[in-house]
Amino acid sequence: MSTLAHVFEAEGLATIALGSQRKQIENTAPPRGLWCDFPLGRPLGKPGDPAFQHSVLAHAFSLLEADGPVFEEFAEAIFDDGTDVVACTLPPRFDPDAHPAVDEAVGLRPAYDRAIEKFGNRTGAGRVVAAADIPGAVEAFTRVADGTPWKEAGIPGIPARVCQDIRGYYETAALGLSDHAPTAWAGTRWFHEQTQAGRTILAARSSMQAAGVKQPIWFYMAPGDL
Amino acid sequence: MADHDVKAMSADIDTPVFENPAFTVPKPLNECTVALVTTASLHHPDQEDFAPNDTAYRVLDGSRRDYVTGHWSPNFDATGFAYDINTVFPVDRLDELAADGVIGAVADHHLAYAGNQFDLSAVRMDSGPAGGKWLKEQGVDVVLLTPV
Repeated sequence: MSTLAHVFEAEGLATIALGSQRKQIENTAPPRGLWCDFPLGRPLGKPGDPAFQHSVLAHAFSLLEADGPVFEEFAEAIFDDGTDVVACTLPPRFDPDAHPAVDEAVGLRPAYDRAIEKFGNRTGAGRVVAAADIPGAVEAFTRVADGTPWKEAGIPGIPARVCQDIRGYYETAALGLSDHAPTAWAGTRWFHEQTQAGRTILAARSSMQAAGVKQPIWFYMAPGDL
Repeated sequence: MADHDVKAMSADIDTPVFENPAFTVPKPLNECTVALVTTASLHHPDQEDFAPNDTAYRVLDGSRRDYVTGHWSPNFDATGFAYDINTVFPVDRLDELAADGVIGAVADHHLAYAGNQFDLSAVRMDSGPAGGKWLKEQGVDVVLLTPV
């Protein structure tokens, strides 16, 4: 992103770059850089908090008053301690003949639809897998987790992209099951630690790694620290 | 998993060095037209999704709010943006600042690129300058860059 700042300045635009990674924004040294120690994915800090977002923007725009390159740090940090998980009650089993992960995905559809109705589809399903087809995609990964080679399991696209749709479907459903903005990563932890689908994807990823599948194919199926 | 663990994975990633970097002095902010440029791979549903290693940009209509992220990295929290687009793309906040006279105007259009690029040469030499020229042609003075 700071690369764009340098390029745009050369085109005669004044730029301000927000950065969440201190080392990166320091190393690339954009003409005006504001390091905001916020979780990745939240450069304005707090969803649903216009006053906080305006405080970030006020600091950012104040950098335009500098006579030369400037790097500053926003006064307030937001720290994720790695423990918060969204409080979402998972639906009870409906179809005892279905794989639990598949049954779970079907059961979350009403919550997903409520969230889409309220927020729109910004990060949910639909990149390569429509919401209606998410249970089928989850089922494909159950086969991979059980040892089926990934190319023979019926994954409906590039594994990482399909996993993004599944995670997006679940995290969007979580918005439909709660009444407030989740803290950073709380939805992702809920997905990978507490849901059948999230655990299935991690199991499938491990199976692919153990089978010698090329790293870029399996690595991006989940956050890299998992 | 925790945010600091995810950040640690990319903290030492190679970054380009710019020698003799340009520095543009803007007009007073209350006379400036401000655009957003994000590397969150945003696009409208009717636009082409971002491909892996996609170095092109998408033009975002500031009068719409149907922004979708096409980012390929799993290494950021997406629920903040799902809940409130302004967490990543503060277009409503800019509209408020323009209404209050803090900034001169909000650009009619904004740009989105894909972050998570390992080879930045195309952005540096091709799509970056092209996007900058396009913004200048739209009368933009100031760009606020936001990552994910």
